[in-house]
Amino acid sequence: MRFSIYRYNPEADKKPYMKDYEVDIPSDSDMMVLEALLKIKEKDETLAFRASCREGVCGSDGMNINGLNRLACTTAISSLKPPIVIRPLVNMPVIRDLVVDFTLFFKQYERVQPYLQNNDETPQTERLQSPQERAKIDGLIDCILCACCTSFCPSSWWNPEKFIGPAGLLWAYRFIQDSRDTATDERLANLEDPFSVFRCRTIMNCTVVCPKNLNPSAAIAGIRRKMAEKGS
Amino acid sequence: MKINTYTFDIIVIGAGGAGMTTSLYLANSGLNVAVLSKVYPMRSHTVSAQGGIAAALGNMHEDDWRWHMYDTVKGSDYLGDQDSIEYMCQNAPEMMYEIEHIGMPFSRTENGKIWQRAFGGQTINYGQGYAHRTCAAADRTGHALLHTLYQNNVKAKTHFFNEWFSIDLVRNAKKNITGVVAIHIATGEIAFFNAKITIFATGGAGRIYESTTNALINTGDGLGMALRAGIPVQDIEMWQFHPTGIPGIGILITEGVRGEGGYLVNKNGERFMERYAPHAKDLASRDVVSRAIAKEFRAGNGFKKDGIDYVKLKLDHLGEEVINSHLPGIRELAKTFAHVDPIKDPIPVTPTCHYMMGGIPTNKHGQVITISEREEDQIVEGFYAIGECASVSVHGANRLGSNSLLDLLVFGRSAGMHAADAIKHDLPLHHSSEEEIKAALIRLERWNTTDKGEDYNEIRHAMQKTMQEDFGVFRTEKYMVEGVKKIEELRSRLEHAALTDRSQIFNTARIQALELDNLMEVAYVTSIACLARQESRGAHSREDYPDRDDKNWLKHLLCFANGKIKYRAVNMKPTTVKPFEPTKRVY
Ligand SMILES: Cc1cc2nc3c(=O)[nH]c(=O)nc-3n(C[C@H](O)[C@H](O)[C@H](O)COP(=O)(O)OP(=O)(O)OC[C@H]3O[C@@H](n4cnc5c(N)ncnc54)[C@H](O)[C@@H]3O)c2cc1C
Ligand code: SF4
Ligand code: SF4
Ligand code: FES
Repeated sequence: MRFSIYRYNPEADKKPYMKDYEVDIPSDSDMMVLEALLKIKEKDETLAFRASCREGVCGSDGMNINGLNRLACTTAISSLKPPIVIRPLVNMPVIRDLVVDFTLFFKQYERVQPYLQNNDETPQTERLQSPQERAKIDGLIDCILCACCTSFCPSSWWNPEKFIGPAGLLWAYRFIQDSRDTATDERLANLEDPFSVFRCRTIMNCTVVCPKNLNPSAAIAGIRRKMAEKGS
Repeated sequence: MKINTYTFDIIVIGAGGAGMTTSLYLANSGLNVAVLSKVYPMRSHTVSAQGGIAAALGNMHEDDWRWHMYDTVKGSDYLGDQDSIEYMCQNAPEMMYEIEHIGMPFSRTENGKIWQRAFGGQTINYGQGYAHRTCAAADRTGHALLHTLYQNNVKAKTHFFNEWFSIDLVRNAKKNITGVVAIHIATGEIAFFNAKITIFATGGAGRIYESTTNALINTGDGLGMALRAGIPVQDIEMWQFHPTGIPGIGILITEGVRGEGGYLVNKNGERFMERYAPHAKDLASRDVVSRAIAKEFRAGNGFKKDGIDYVKLKLDHLGEEVINSHLPGIRELAKTFAHVDPIKDPIPVTPTCHYMMGGIPTNKHGQVITISEREEDQIVEGFYAIGECASVSVHGANRLGSNSLLDLLVFGRSAGMHAADAIKHDLPLHHSSEEEIKAALIRLERWNTTDKGEDYNEIRHAMQKTMQEDFGVFRTEKYMVEGVKKIEELRSRLEHAALTDRSQIFNTARIQALELDNLMEVAYVTSIACLARQESRGAHSREDYPDRDDKNWLKHLLCFANGKIKYRAVNMKPTTVKPFEPTKRVY
């Protein structure tokens, strides 16, 4: 099967180019794209990409495969139409080949103060939280910070610095929704400028591509609802 | 080659659960600490842990840390150090509350407490019945834990050096450890991290085997670095094979599935664990269950596909609701990697390399211990190891499920406390000369300058195959002698293998080559230690020595890089309870 892969090594290449590789893949194979990349790397060790858990939980190998952002390790080759075209996550600075620079992505994440805040006295044992309260953060705690969503979000392309982007906002909502967090008002106030949240145009790209089937766009709607409740 | 020097009080190598527990403690103590990690912290292997963290909270039924201690000692097949096990089990509840307070999103009981599930080998009242002791965030506990720790390190403004690969320890003429040399993967910059204290938290090395539940990055770098610096590793023959990995790819299916009531069946549809462990059945210790499965294969009772034997894990009877609320991650993994929906169909599973019980020997403060010519323990000043790379030793010859995450937390914190105290008591900073720093870069130089040689990928495949075939679930002298020879040969071939990519920016081939050096060291000492221990204990199962031999072998085995072996006594002196004397281990 043919793989057409984006190549760019700033030390050697003036500009990026696509390179084709043939990989033997048995017709009934359930191989994932990551396994094919590892095979290619054994033939051409200059190909650079990140990978770690190879089971979709560490967020290392987000990349653009046949036009959509996805994880190489959970994308079955049999689900794709050949030739398989692999590019780095769109609209992120490329360091080399499929490796992109996460600096801005993590900066946006840190902007939402992604940690529990609670100034009440600490109890001797656990803080109590009912299963119903706990259920409110289901689907919000499972983000793996792969950047598939933010890289695919048009509002992030247009306002990369000012708009926090779907991943960061999902995390903001995770703490707003946690019954143990006491900083909701402050969190909402920090997001109230015209850009941080309000640049989301509900285009839903984020939700479509999230490899963990999370719904950042619903989280953003949730934040807006909370703001409206607070305002009224 | 230009080498920058960065100076800190403490450097932590590794940002998994162990590394980030320690760094959080140290950053909150106001110390000048840096954390190096070869991947972004949340990509560390701890993220993959599923089932949970053991602690006798007593949220589901009466519980007692002493029962937990008993289970852990028995699980270790009496090779665990009882002072360390006591310390871990006693501190477990407090650690759970601590991480809950900083945001850990545990699942909850009806009355709002931390929810706990049953796990293999965990019992109440010294073996009387299943304990629900494993604190869980559904079946994504490692992800929840690692992100919680990362978030709080962000809050504490911990100084991370992400995508920096530590190459080797630096020692000075007086043999003090002065820090490490490391390479920045993104730029190729090389630096000497000079510190008063170096803490290793580099995780496991499951990639020495062909089939493993471990991440691609689990290459035993900490062990490789320690061995090259003349420090031994302890009980490295003790490798845990988890009973339930998906055949081929090795993706783990948590023991929590059996904790919820799932069970194993062979190709005759028989629940065979009833024959091997009449009481604990499917929740016997992992070594016991893995051996039972291997015996079923031998008896021709396994399924077979593409040359791989397997049995099936049945859980459809738990019902969709339980599976969706307690095992959502397992359902997702089974669908993606085994092409079955466990709500309807059983999951194919087979014993798969999972966990390294052995590691760099330490005491319960995380201080690294080596052994003198006269076989006395010696603390290596300024050097600590925690987490899977360490052998403290709470897991002995067999780890109980959900005790590893606990180990990371408890000893991550105790090492942090001890190191912080040492710094406050004016531990000096030792320097190193340019020659000493360069000596630690020899390996990198070698890869950078060998122009022609064998492809290292082939050597890796051959090593993994040998380990799988000759040092797997069952071990015999005849095959192991051959195995050691093969590993020795591969090890010397690796010294002449070549790298073609010499670029500086994000050169992952070079990192893989450096990792393979470490894997090979771990494979080598494993092979030597497996052959040396002439008994069966815990995960180490010798067909030619089928019984445990307490008279001759109730001791830790230490192996050095040159293959030399020494022994240490197992600690049998807990401070607040009577020691648990070795008895026959039945489940
Ligand atoms: C699939 C799976 C499920 C598991 N489930 C459970 C469970 O439910 N309960 C339980 O108790 N245990 C479980 N375990 C075991 C447990 O997850 C691990 O033992 C534990 O997470 C190891 O943590 P660690 O902090 O020691 O290392 P890791 O999390 O592996 O982190 C190692 C760190 O070291 C860094 N590092 C390594 N080498 C270098 C280098 N050369 N230079 C710089 N940085 C380096 C890495 O970047 C990483 O940050 C599971 C294991 C697996 C494989
Ligand atoms: S819904 Fe909002 S955040 Fe998501 S892709 Fe669209 S604009 Fe971006
Ligand atoms: S929300 Fe989904 S796509 Fe976005 S970073 Fe998290 S896991 Fe990735
Ligand atoms: S390698 Fe971890 S998400 Fe793909």
